[in-house]
Amino acid sequence: MSAETKHPPEIGAFFQRDRSWHPRGLTPDYKTSVLRSPEKALLSLDNTISEITGPVFGHGILGALDNDLIHNFAKPGESAIGERIIVYGRVLDERGNGVPGALLEFWQANAGGRYRHKKEGYIAALDPNFGGCGRTITDEDGAYAFRTIRPGAYPWPNGVNDWRPAHIHFSVFGHGFAQRLITQMYFEGDPMIWQCPIVRTIPDKAAVEMLVAALDMQATIPMDARAYKFDIVLRGRRSSVFENRLEGN
Amino acid sequence: MVQSLNRLKESPSQTAGPYVHIGLTPNFSGISGVIARDLGDEMVNDKTLGERIGIRARVLDGTGTPLKDALVEIWQADSAGLYNSPTEIRGTADPNFTGWGRKATDMTTGECLFQSIKPGRVPYKPGVLMAPHVSFWIVARGINLGLNTRMYFADEEAANAEDPVLARIEHRVRVPTLIAERQGDAYVFDIHLQGEKETVFFDI
Repeated sequence: MSAETKHPPEIGAFFQRDRSWHPRGLTPDYKTSVLRSPEKALLSLDNTISEITGPVFGHGILGALDNDLIHNFAKPGESAIGERIIVYGRVLDERGNGVPGALLEFWQANAGGRYRHKKEGYIAALDPNFGGCGRTITDEDGAYAFRTIRPGAYPWPNGVNDWRPAHIHFSVFGHGFAQRLITQMYFEGDPMIWQCPIVRTIPDKAAVEMLVAALDMQATIPMDARAYKFDIVLRGRRSSVFENRLEGN
Repeated sequence: MVQSLNRLKESPSQTAGPYVHIGLTPNFSGISGVIARDLGDEMVNDKTLGERIGIRARVLDGTGTPLKDALVEIWQADSAGLYNSPTEIRGTADPNFTGWGRKATDMTTGECLFQSIKPGRVPYKPGVLMAPHVSFWIVARGINLGLNTRMYFADEEAANAEDPVLARIEHRVRVPTLIAERQGDAYVFDIHLQGEKETVFFDI
């Protein structure tokens, strides 16, 4: 258990986001960004209570199979096709503390690289036993784990021959609305990572490497599933000791 | 050399992509039986305090075309100006109001509709109130890092005039990009990603 969870909730403002570490809005090699990126400067706003607060979700919302994509869409007694894997890790903040109670939602293509979505036109087959979505909530240490199958790579309409590397999408809630983050997890050793226009929206190689999950044979379950470790870092909070406190109102 | 600060870097963002609905609104996307109800689908119940309102939002690209694959989340105070959050330490919010909503924009019209309540005012800093507002977070294919903005209410003229956040907008012609007009039971909020009518987005 992290020391912080024993104390009242932290209410400090979040550290300024390093926008040179994230992808810029306008990244012309990812064509869709051209008409969907703001052109004017963002207005900087030190966090108010509207940004410091955020929704928090209890473990009670979770169903028994929410963290098992191999089975949560499968017919009874059947399972999704593909390489069985476990994805596990921790959600941390920039100060290195585990973030307990963080809701993680994830979605992905099936083993052939096909999404179950009405706007998806790739010729790869749908797997009748794979839906492609799941969710979990971190424990007191910020740890999480789920089962799935390794998704396939797939082509997408950007350049005439652009392919996405195998990846899992993650949506993360911390404790404040300003921590809200969506990112993607890639797999160690995949040569497609470095060719992808979406990966290459990230300017810094070290930042990309934060999104590459490591194969972990020690966490692998023999004769069942290999394991990949994927830690996620959310914005940290300033210490509230020296801040003007809003309860004074 | 000096001591290390032992800080980590935030995980870099990646676009939500065209299939964000699978993960965040699976029932909307046609995947049923995995979770009972899409999270954030309902913010109110029949016991929620406050004035019922709709919020009708669209997200438009640089040609003025509505995005039909966007996902919008909103976060707001209850009718008394309290957030339903563990980090709200000023009091206890209305337990019948979540304060948080999530909708996919319609695949045909590009519109989404939240059923909510008019929020109360919350403090900017001790002794200074902000006008009633709703925080927005927008993701979609082509958006590399989620966009933050706020919606204010056109019928709160006096409060808007003294709002310290609106006051910080240097180019006053841009203030109306954050102000939603009422049409019937709903406030209508068009979010322009770029162009002459580009909405003011925040680095929060």
